[in-house]
Amino acid sequence: MRSEAKTVIIGGGIIGLSIAYNLAKLGESDVVVLEKGYLGNGSTFRCGTGIRQQFNDEANIRMMKRSVELWKGLSEELGMDVEFTQSGYLFLIYEKDELEAFKNNVRLQNRFGVPSRIITPEEAKEIVPPLNTNGVIAAAWNHTDGKANPFKAVFAYAEAAKRLGVEIYEYTEAKDIRVEEGKIKTVVTNRGEIKTGRVINAANAWAPLINKMAGVPIKIPIEPYKHQGVKTEPIKPGQIEPMVISFKHGGVYLTQEAYQGGVIGGYGLKYGPTYDITPTYEFLRGVSYRFSQIIPALKYVNVIRIWGGFYAETPDHNAAIGRINEIDEFYIAAGFSGHGFMLAPAVAEALAEFIVDGKTDKPLDFYDPYRFERGELRGQALQMG
Amino acid sequence: MTEDPKGKIIICRCNDVTLKEIEDLIEGGITDIEEIKRLTRIGMGPCQGRTCIPLVISIIARKAGKKPGEIPVPATRVPVRPVMMGVLAGEMGDDDEE
Ligand SMILES: Cc1cc2nc3c(=O)[nH]c(=O)nc-3n(C[C@H](O)[C@H](O)[C@H](O)COP(=O)(O)OP(=O)(O)OC[C@H]3O[C@@H](n4cnc5c(N)ncnc54)[C@H](O)[C@@H]3O)c2cc1C
Repeated sequence: MRSEAKTVIIGGGIIGLSIAYNLAKLGESDVVVLEKGYLGNGSTFRCGTGIRQQFNDEANIRMMKRSVELWKGLSEELGMDVEFTQSGYLFLIYEKDELEAFKNNVRLQNRFGVPSRIITPEEAKEIVPPLNTNGVIAAAWNHTDGKANPFKAVFAYAEAAKRLGVEIYEYTEAKDIRVEEGKIKTVVTNRGEIKTGRVINAANAWAPLINKMAGVPIKIPIEPYKHQGVKTEPIKPGQIEPMVISFKHGGVYLTQEAYQGGVIGGYGLKYGPTYDITPTYEFLRGVSYRFSQIIPALKYVNVIRIWGGFYAETPDHNAAIGRINEIDEFYIAAGFSGHGFMLAPAVAEALAEFIVDGKTDKPLDFYDPYRFERGELRGQALQMG
Repeated sequence: MTEDPKGKIIICRCNDVTLKEIEDLIEGGITDIEEIKRLTRIGMGPCQGRTCIPLVISIIARKAGKKPGEIPVPATRVPVRPVMMGVLAGEMGDDDEE
């Protein structure tokens, strides 16, 4: 391992790796990524694969619009197929007031160029033939939302970053960060020390521990909550193309994996704050019950696995992204709640621009890490699962 | 050009992963079984890795010069055998509300 680097990124998930790649792309040399386990082993490899622009606030809609533009070109740009498909997101609507809220969201999304619209239950059934539309009064549909393969995305970013000179150290844990008079001196790891003047905290659920090592003096409340995912055996391809969501059934989301054919998803059952991610029988039963309510034919499909992972949640379900002023060149991009995978390309682009050029045209201010300290929360980001 | 026979040797029967795919990854420097699992989906099919994981461990051991005992076995996931959703939901016949 090298003993000196200009930039040390802590966390080898989709966020840390995409930031590393974007910094290198903007010409930064001497970038190192530290990952305490294997790449992606945090939340990224446990996620539900969904990528949507249907948010309920301007900043997330604009960021996700840019992110989808980037996702579209990512396989080509990174030189590896990340299996991004624009198979859409379908929100099932059961109540009148829910419909009003979705109409408002759609208006806002349309204003920023996202072509979402409200459709009838019959149209929803055309899109997802095995759907149970009992009680459904409408649906919100956007055909440009989609999904991608998190395993491939992590490796694609990592390999592309390496080609641009980034060094990635797996099984290397940041243990301490030495700061003197507001300047970063060294990152101490289980494999030795790295002298550096810049640290980016991309440790997601563990980000508070990294902040503590560096003595970040402001409050950034990020807490780990256990959420779980499920996967079934493959079924005939093309039956459940979009991500199907129902808030009525406890925040269920489910979709058929584009290349594998299994159905994947989860619901809003959460535990925590906790660092324990053991899967639970309660989830296995609950998710099976809910999936078979929405797609009755799934009753006859085998579950082959469930797993646990973290949502690194903040009080308003939006991440903390930006510079910590009290420590020269200390940045954070963490606390993505349920939507860090989808945001990664745009967040990484924006943060790299901000670090290298001192500015970005993306709405990074929205994710200001100081907002918690000021007691000025954002509107709750639409969080599923 | 004759096709590489290793492209026909199936290591994972659930997800049709061949010996060649696994050896190519190892030759490309990816020797961590957790990473090979995610990239090829060995061990993620209905058999839960019963067939392929021991095979992959021996391939890694051979190609990367490690002892099989040094290679950790990836996490086994619940349920240990595939179970139908309807059985878990407890409503194969009757529709009980939760
Ligand atoms: C069940 C589930 C479903 C989800 N579904 C979706 C979805 O559909 N769409 C979506 O966009 N998002 C989804 N998410 C959220 C998404 O997974 C996360 O927001 C995203 O992966 C965050 O990426 P990250 O790189 O910030 O974090 P992580 O992938 O957790 O990476 C952080 C890394 O930091 C490492 N680390 C921690 N401490 C240290 C240290 N001291 N030294 C070195 N390394 C360290 C960890 O090992 C970890 O690999 C879901 C999450 C779960 C759990």
